[in-house]
Amino acid sequence: MSPASYVFLAVILFGIGGVGVLVRRNAIVIFMCVELMLNACNLAFVSFARMWGNLDGQVVAFFVMVVAAAEVVVGLAILMAIYRARKSASVDDANLLKY
Amino acid sequence: MTHLLANGGAQGTNLDPIYSEVLFWILAVLAVSAAVVMICVRQAVHCALMLAVVMLSLAVMYAQQGAPFLAFVQIIVYTGAVLMLFLFVMMLIGVTSADSLVETIRGQRLWAGLGGVAFVVLMIVGIGHAAIGTAHVPTAANSTANLTGLATLIFTTYVFPFEATSALLITAALGAMVLAHRERTTPRLTQRQVARRKIASGQVAPEPPPGVYALHDAVDMPARLPDGSTTDRSVSRAITRRDVDLGRDPERSVTADLATEGRIEAERQIESAARGRDQQ
Repeated sequence: MSPASYVFLAVILFGIGGVGVLVRRNAIVIFMCVELMLNACNLAFVSFARMWGNLDGQVVAFFVMVVAAAEVVVGLAILMAIYRARKSASVDDANLLKY
Repeated sequence: MTHLLANGGAQGTNLDPIYSEVLFWILAVLAVSAAVVMICVRQAVHCALMLAVVMLSLAVMYAQQGAPFLAFVQIIVYTGAVLMLFLFVMMLIGVTSADSLVETIRGQRLWAGLGGVAFVVLMIVGIGHAAIGTAHVPTAANSTANLTGLATLIFTTYVFPFEATSALLITAALGAMVLAHRERTTPRLTQRQVARRKIASGQVAPEPPPGVYALHDAVDMPARLPDGSTTDRSVSRAITRRDVDLGRDPERSVTADLATEGRIEAERQIESAARGRDQQ
Protein backbone atom coordinates (compact mmCIF):
# COMPACT_ATOMS: atom_id res chain seq x y z
CA MET A 1 0.00 0.00 0.00
CA SER A 2 1.17 3.53 -0.67
CA PRO A 3 1.95 5.68 2.40
CA ALA A 4 -1.00 7.94 1.54
CA SER A 5 -3.60 5.33 2.55
CA TYR A 6 -1.89 4.90 5.91
CA VAL A 7 -1.97 8.67 6.41
CA PHE A 8 -5.71 8.73 5.63
CA LEU A 9 -6.26 5.95 8.16
CA ALA A 10 -4.25 7.94 10.72
CA VAL A 11 -6.46 11.00 10.09
CA ILE A 12 -9.62 8.95 10.63
CA LEU A 13 -8.29 7.44 13.87
CA PHE A 14 -7.21 10.89 15.06
CA GLY A 15 -10.71 12.26 14.37
CA ILE A 16 -12.37 9.40 16.24
CA GLY A 17 -10.06 9.98 19.20
CA GLY A 18 -10.85 13.70 19.17
CA VAL A 19 -14.60 13.06 19.15
CA GLY A 20 -14.10 10.65 22.06
CA VAL A 21 -12.28 13.31 24.07
CA LEU A 22 -15.14 15.75 23.46
CA VAL A 23 -17.99 13.33 24.09
CA ARG A 24 -16.91 11.10 26.97
CA ARG A 25 -16.91 12.28 30.58
CA ASN A 26 -15.10 9.49 32.40
CA ALA A 27 -11.55 10.81 32.81
CA ILE A 28 -9.96 7.37 32.19
CA VAL A 29 -11.80 7.00 28.89
CA ILE A 30 -10.75 10.53 27.90
CA PHE A 31 -7.15 9.51 28.55
CA MET A 32 -7.60 6.44 26.39
CA CYS A 33 -8.94 8.61 23.57
CA VAL A 34 -5.86 10.86 23.87
CA GLU A 35 -3.72 7.72 23.57
CA LEU A 36 -5.63 6.83 20.41
CA MET A 37 -4.83 10.26 18.96
CA LEU A 38 -1.13 9.85 19.81
CA ASN A 39 -1.13 6.43 18.17
CA ALA A 40 -2.69 7.89 15.04
CA CYS A 41 0.09 10.51 14.91
CA ASN A 42 2.67 7.75 15.26
CA LEU A 43 1.15 5.91 12.32
CA ALA A 44 1.42 9.08 10.23
CA PHE A 45 5.06 9.57 11.28
CA VAL A 46 5.96 5.99 10.34
CA SER A 47 4.20 6.37 6.98
CA PHE A 48 6.07 9.59 6.23
CA ALA A 49 9.35 7.92 7.23
CA ARG A 50 8.63 5.18 4.73
CA MET A 51 7.68 7.76 2.10
CA TRP A 52 10.98 9.62 2.41
CA GLY A 53 13.01 6.47 2.77
CA ASN A 54 14.78 7.53 5.96
CA LEU A 55 14.37 6.77 9.62
CA ASP A 56 13.80 10.22 11.16
CA GLY A 57 10.04 9.75 11.28
CA GLN A 58 10.47 6.49 13.16
CA VAL A 59 12.74 8.20 15.68
CA VAL A 60 10.10 10.89 16.24
CA ALA A 61 7.43 8.21 16.69
CA PHE A 62 9.70 6.57 19.26
CA PHE A 63 9.98 9.85 21.17
CA VAL A 64 6.21 10.30 21.01
CA MET A 65 5.84 6.89 22.64
CA VAL A 66 8.22 7.89 25.47
CA VAL A 67 6.39 11.17 26.07
CA ALA A 68 3.04 9.35 25.98
CA ALA A 69 4.24 6.91 28.64
CA ALA A 70 5.31 9.81 30.89
CA GLU A 71 2.02 11.59 30.25
CA VAL A 72 -0.03 8.53 31.17
CA VAL A 73 1.90 8.01 34.42
CA VAL A 74 1.39 11.60 35.61
CA GLY A 75 -2.18 11.82 34.28
CA LEU A 76 -3.32 8.68 36.02
CA ALA A 77 -1.69 9.83 39.27
CA ILE A 78 -3.61 13.12 39.02
CA LEU A 79 -6.75 11.14 38.32
CA MET A 80 -6.25 9.06 41.46
CA ALA A 81 -5.65 12.20 43.54
CA ILE A 82 -8.89 13.71 42.20
CA TYR A 83 -10.73 10.46 42.83
CA ARG A 84 -9.57 10.46 46.45
CA ALA A 85 -10.84 14.01 46.94
CA ARG A 86 -14.13 13.82 44.98
CA LYS A 87 -14.95 10.06 44.98
CA SER A 88 -15.65 10.27 41.26
CA ALA A 89 -13.75 9.87 38.00
CA SER A 90 -16.15 12.03 36.01
CA VAL A 91 -14.70 15.27 34.67
CA ASP A 92 -17.97 17.06 35.50
CA ASP A 93 -17.35 16.62 39.22
CA ALA A 94 -13.92 18.31 39.20
CA ASN A 95 -15.32 21.83 39.49
CA LEU A 96 -13.43 23.25 42.47
CA LEU A 97 -12.04 26.13 40.41
CA LYS A 98 -15.47 27.10 39.11
CA TYR A 99 -16.55 29.66 41.66
CA MET B 1 10.83 -14.13 10.59
CA THR B 2 12.56 -11.66 12.88
CA HIS B 3 15.43 -11.57 10.45
CA LEU B 4 13.06 -10.78 7.59
CA LEU B 5 11.39 -8.05 9.64
CA ALA B 6 14.69 -6.52 10.68
CA ASN B 7 15.85 -6.35 7.10
CA GLY B 8 12.55 -4.90 5.92
CA GLY B 9 13.95 -1.45 5.23
CA ALA B 10 11.87 1.42 4.00
CA GLN B 11 9.99 -0.62 1.43
CA GLY B 12 8.14 -2.45 4.13
CA THR B 13 8.44 -6.16 4.68
CA ASN B 14 9.20 -8.64 1.98
CA LEU B 15 5.51 -9.31 1.55
CA ASP B 16 3.96 -9.59 -1.87
CA PRO B 17 2.23 -6.24 -2.65
CA ILE B 18 -1.18 -7.88 -2.99
CA TYR B 19 -0.82 -9.49 0.44
CA SER B 20 0.18 -6.21 2.01
CA GLU B 21 -2.86 -4.56 0.42
CA VAL B 22 -5.21 -7.22 1.78
CA LEU B 23 -3.54 -6.97 5.20
CA PHE B 24 -3.91 -3.20 5.17
CA TRP B 25 -7.63 -3.33 4.47
CA ILE B 26 -8.29 -5.97 7.10
CA LEU B 27 -6.31 -4.03 9.72
CA ALA B 28 -7.80 -0.67 8.74
CA VAL B 29 -11.38 -1.91 9.07
CA LEU B 30 -10.50 -3.61 12.36
CA ALA B 31 -8.80 -0.51 13.80
CA VAL B 32 -11.49 1.98 12.76
CA SER B 33 -14.38 -0.19 13.94
CA ALA B 34 -12.64 -0.89 17.25
CA ALA B 35 -12.02 2.85 17.71
CA VAL B 36 -15.67 3.66 16.99
CA VAL B 37 -16.84 0.99 19.43
CA MET B 38 -14.36 2.37 21.96
CA ILE B 39 -15.95 5.80 22.08
CA CYS B 40 -19.47 4.31 22.16
CA VAL B 41 -19.40 1.66 24.92
CA ARG B 42 -20.22 2.72 28.47
CA GLN B 43 -17.90 0.53 30.51
CA ALA B 44 -14.32 1.78 30.83
CA VAL B 45 -12.97 -1.80 30.78
CA HIS B 46 -14.55 -2.45 27.39
CA CYS B 47 -12.96 0.78 26.15
CA ALA B 48 -9.55 -0.52 27.26
CA LEU B 49 -10.08 -3.82 25.41
CA MET B 50 -11.07 -2.01 22.22
CA LEU B 51 -8.01 0.25 22.56
CA ALA B 52 -5.86 -2.88 22.80
CA VAL B 53 -7.31 -4.08 19.49
CA VAL B 54 -6.49 -0.73 17.84
CA MET B 55 -2.95 -0.72 19.24
CA LEU B 56 -2.22 -4.28 18.16
CA SER B 57 -3.43 -3.64 14.62
CA LEU B 58 -1.29 -0.48 14.52
CA ALA B 59 1.69 -2.60 15.64
CA VAL B 60 1.16 -4.95 12.70
CA MET B 61 0.96 -1.91 10.41
CA TYR B 62 4.30 -0.63 11.74
CA ALA B 63 5.88 -4.01 11.01
CA GLN B 64 4.36 -3.92 7.54
CA GLN B 65 5.81 -0.47 6.92
CA GLY B 66 9.40 -1.39 7.67
CA ALA B 67 9.41 -0.34 11.33
CA PRO B 68 9.84 -3.66 13.17
CA PHE B 69 11.45 -2.00 16.20
CA LEU B 70 8.50 0.35 16.64
CA ALA B 71 6.10 -2.57 16.18
CA PHE B 72 7.64 -4.42 19.10
CA VAL B 73 7.91 -1.25 21.21
CA GLN B 74 4.24 -0.61 20.46
CA ILE B 75 3.29 -4.05 21.76
CA ILE B 76 5.61 -4.01 24.77
CA VAL B 77 5.18 -0.38 25.90
CA TYR B 78 1.64 0.43 24.81
CA THR B 79 -0.29 -2.80 24.96
CA GLY B 80 1.88 -4.26 27.69
CA ALA B 81 2.62 -1.38 30.03
CA VAL B 82 0.39 1.64 29.36
CA LEU B 83 -2.82 -0.34 28.94
CA MET B 84 -2.07 -2.43 32.03
CA LEU B 85 -1.53 0.84 33.94
CA PHE B 86 -4.98 1.96 32.75
CA LEU B 87 -6.48 -1.31 33.97
CA PHE B 88 -4.73 -1.00 37.35
CA VAL B 89 -6.10 2.52 37.87
CA MET B 90 -9.53 1.29 36.80
CA MET B 91 -9.24 -1.39 39.47
CA LEU B 92 -8.37 1.25 42.10
CA ILE B 93 -11.13 3.61 41.08
CA GLY B 94 -13.73 0.92 40.62
CA VAL B 95 -14.77 -1.12 37.63
CA THR B 96 -18.29 0.19 38.00
CA SER B 97 -17.28 3.75 37.08
CA ALA B 98 -19.41 3.80 33.94
CA ASP B 99 -20.32 7.00 32.14
CA SER B 100 -23.76 8.43 32.67
CA LEU B 101 -25.53 8.87 29.38
CA VAL B 102 -27.19 12.17 30.29
CA GLU B 103 -25.86 15.15 28.37
CA THR B 104 -24.85 18.05 30.58
CA ILE B 105 -24.48 20.47 27.67
CA ARG B 106 -27.38 20.27 25.23
CA GLY B 107 -26.40 19.06 21.78
CA GLN B 108 -22.79 18.47 22.82
CA ARG B 109 -22.56 15.01 21.25
CA LEU B 110 -24.11 16.11 17.99
CA TRP B 111 -21.77 19.08 17.62
CA ALA B 112 -18.74 17.08 18.73
CA GLY B 113 -19.55 14.41 16.15
CA LEU B 114 -20.11 17.01 13.43
CA GLY B 115 -16.87 18.76 14.37
CA GLY B 116 -14.98 15.46 14.21
CA VAL B 117 -16.40 14.59 10.80
CA ALA B 118 -15.64 18.11 9.53
CA PHE B 119 -12.06 17.84 10.79
CA VAL B 120 -11.52 14.46 9.15
CA VAL B 121 -12.98 15.70 5.84
CA LEU B 122 -10.82 18.82 5.98
CA MET B 123 -7.66 16.82 6.63
CA ILE B 124 -8.44 14.21 3.98
CA VAL B 125 -9.11 16.90 1.37
CA GLY B 126 -5.90 18.70 2.35
CA ILE B 127 -3.79 15.54 2.27
CA GLY B 128 -5.46 14.45 -0.96
CA HIS B 129 -4.21 17.64 -2.58
CA ALA B 130 -0.71 17.22 -1.18
CA ALA B 131 1.64 15.08 -3.18
CA ILE B 132 2.35 12.02 -1.08
CA GLY B 133 4.71 9.95 -3.15
CA THR B 134 5.15 6.24 -3.17
CA ALA B 135 7.65 4.61 -0.87
CA HIS B 136 11.26 5.61 -1.50
CA VAL B 137 14.08 3.17 -1.86
CA PRO B 138 15.96 2.86 1.42
CA THR B 139 18.91 5.20 1.72
CA ALA B 140 22.29 4.32 3.13
CA ALA B 141 21.11 5.21 6.64
CA ASN B 142 18.81 2.22 6.86
CA SER B 143 19.86 -0.10 4.12
CA THR B 144 21.61 -2.44 6.54
CA ALA B 145 19.00 -2.90 9.23
CA ASN B 146 16.20 -0.97 10.81
CA LEU B 147 17.50 -1.42 14.34
CA THR B 148 21.08 -0.33 13.64
CA GLY B 149 19.90 2.69 11.68
CA LEU B 150 17.57 3.76 14.48
CA ALA B 151 20.28 3.37 17.10
CA THR B 152 22.72 5.41 14.99
CA LEU B 153 20.17 8.21 14.61
CA ILE B 154 19.14 8.25 18.27
CA PHE B 155 22.71 8.37 19.54
CA THR B 156 24.04 10.88 16.99
CA THR B 157 21.51 13.36 15.59
CA TYR B 158 18.89 12.99 18.28
CA VAL B 159 21.14 12.52 21.29
CA PHE B 160 19.99 15.70 23.07
CA PRO B 161 16.26 14.96 22.75
CA PHE B 162 17.10 11.45 23.92
CA GLU B 163 18.77 12.82 27.07
CA ALA B 164 15.82 15.16 27.56
CA THR B 165 13.39 12.23 27.49
CA SER B 166 15.40 10.52 30.23
CA ALA B 167 15.00 13.65 32.37
CA LEU B 168 11.31 13.69 31.47
CA LEU B 169 10.84 10.06 32.51
CA ILE B 170 12.54 10.62 35.87
CA THR B 171 10.41 13.72 36.47
CA ALA B 172 7.27 11.78 35.56
CA ALA B 173 8.15 8.96 37.95
CA LEU B 174 8.81 11.46 40.76
CA GLY B 175 5.60 13.33 39.95
CA ALA B 176 3.55 10.15 40.06
CA MET B 177 5.08 9.24 43.43
CA VAL B 178 4.34 12.70 44.85
CA LEU B 179 0.78 12.75 43.51
CA ALA B 180 -0.13 9.22 44.53
CA HIS B 181 1.48 9.49 47.97
CA ARG B 182 -0.85 10.01 50.90
CA GLU B 183 0.40 11.51 54.16
CA ARG B 184 -0.51 9.56 57.28
CA THR B 185 -2.50 12.03 59.38
CA THR B 186 -3.38 9.64 62.20
CA PRO B 187 -0.85 7.54 64.14
CA ARG B 188 -0.60 3.88 63.19
CA LEU B 189 -2.81 1.65 65.36
CA THR B 190 -1.09 -0.88 67.58
CA GLN B 191 -2.17 -4.51 67.60
CA ARG B 192 -3.88 -4.02 70.96
CA GLN B 193 -5.91 -1.05 69.64
CA VAL B 194 -6.96 -3.02 66.57
CA ALA B 195 -8.13 -5.90 68.74
CA ARG B 196 -10.05 -3.54 71.08
CA ARG B 197 -11.76 -1.88 68.10
CA LYS B 198 -12.77 -5.26 66.69
CA ILE B 199 -14.35 -6.39 69.95
CA ALA B 200 -16.12 -3.04 70.37
CA SER B 201 -17.56 -3.15 66.84
CA GLY B 202 -19.38 -6.38 67.61
CA GLN B 203 -17.94 -8.34 64.70
CA VAL B 204 -14.92 -10.35 65.71
CA ALA B 205 -14.82 -12.86 62.88
CA PRO B 206 -14.07 -11.78 59.30
CA GLU B 207 -16.93 -10.92 56.96
CA PRO B 208 -18.84 -14.01 55.78
CA PRO B 209 -17.91 -15.23 52.28
CA PRO B 210 -20.56 -15.31 49.55
CA GLY B 211 -23.01 -18.16 49.73
CA VAL B 212 -22.36 -21.61 48.35
CA TYR B 213 -25.49 -23.71 48.10
CA ALA B 214 -26.37 -27.04 46.64
CA LEU B 215 -28.37 -25.42 43.84
CA HIS B 216 -26.42 -22.19 43.40
CA ASP B 217 -22.70 -21.74 43.52
CA ALA B 218 -21.92 -18.15 42.60
CA VAL B 219 -20.26 -15.11 44.15
CA ASP B 220 -23.45 -13.04 43.86
CA MET B 221 -25.33 -15.32 46.29
CA PRO B 222 -25.51 -13.74 49.76
CA ALA B 223 -24.28 -15.83 52.68
CA ARG B 224 -26.70 -17.29 55.23
CA LEU B 225 -26.08 -16.42 58.83
CA PRO B 226 -26.53 -18.99 61.64
CA ASP B 227 -30.03 -17.68 62.35
CA GLY B 228 -31.13 -18.47 58.77
CA SER B 229 -31.25 -14.91 57.47
CA THR B 230 -29.15 -13.77 54.54
CA THR B 231 -26.58 -10.96 54.70
CA ASP B 232 -25.68 -8.60 51.89
CA ARG B 233 -22.31 -7.81 53.45
CA SER B 234 -20.90 -10.99 51.97
CA VAL B 235 -21.33 -9.86 48.35
CA SER B 236 -19.06 -7.35 46.65
CA ARG B 237 -20.73 -4.03 45.88
CA ALA B 238 -19.64 -4.18 42.24
CA ILE B 239 -21.39 -7.52 41.81
CA THR B 240 -24.53 -6.25 43.52
CA ARG B 241 -24.66 -3.28 41.16
CA ARG B 242 -24.17 -5.57 38.18
CA ASP B 243 -27.09 -7.71 39.37
CA VAL B 244 -29.24 -4.59 39.61
CA ASP B 245 -28.25 -3.60 36.07
CA LEU B 246 -29.14 -7.05 34.78
CA GLY B 247 -32.41 -7.11 36.74
CA ARG B 248 -31.44 -10.07 38.92
CA ASP B 249 -32.23 -10.54 42.58
CA PRO B 250 -30.04 -13.31 44.04
CA GLU B 251 -31.43 -12.90 47.54
CA ARG B 252 -34.96 -13.57 46.38
CA SER B 253 -33.85 -16.58 44.38
CA VAL B 254 -32.15 -17.97 47.49
CA THR B 255 -35.27 -17.58 49.61
CA ALA B 256 -37.46 -18.93 46.83
CA ASP B 257 -35.22 -21.97 46.54
CA LEU B 258 -35.26 -22.48 50.26
CA ALA B 259 -39.04 -22.36 50.21
CA THR B 260 -39.29 -24.99 47.52
CA GLU B 261 -39.85 -28.15 49.44
CA GLY B 262 -39.32 -30.49 46.57
CA ARG B 263 -35.88 -29.18 45.84
CA ILE B 264 -34.81 -29.46 49.44
CA GLU B 265 -36.09 -32.99 49.44
CA ALA B 266 -34.06 -33.73 46.32
CA GLU B 267 -31.00 -32.27 47.98
CA ARG B 268 -31.51 -34.45 51.00
CA GLN B 269 -31.87 -37.55 48.85
CA ILE B 270 -28.69 -36.76 46.95
CA GLU B 271 -26.92 -36.11 50.20
CA SER B 272 -28.06 -39.35 51.81
CA ALA B 273 -27.13 -41.26 48.66
CA ALA B 274 -23.67 -39.75 48.79
CA ARG B 275 -23.36 -40.61 52.43
CA GLY B 276 -24.41 -44.18 51.73
CA ARG B 277 -21.74 -44.37 49.02
CA ASP B 278 -19.15 -43.12 51.49
CA GLN B 279 -20.08 -45.77 54.02
CA GLN B 280 -19.77 -48.57 51.50
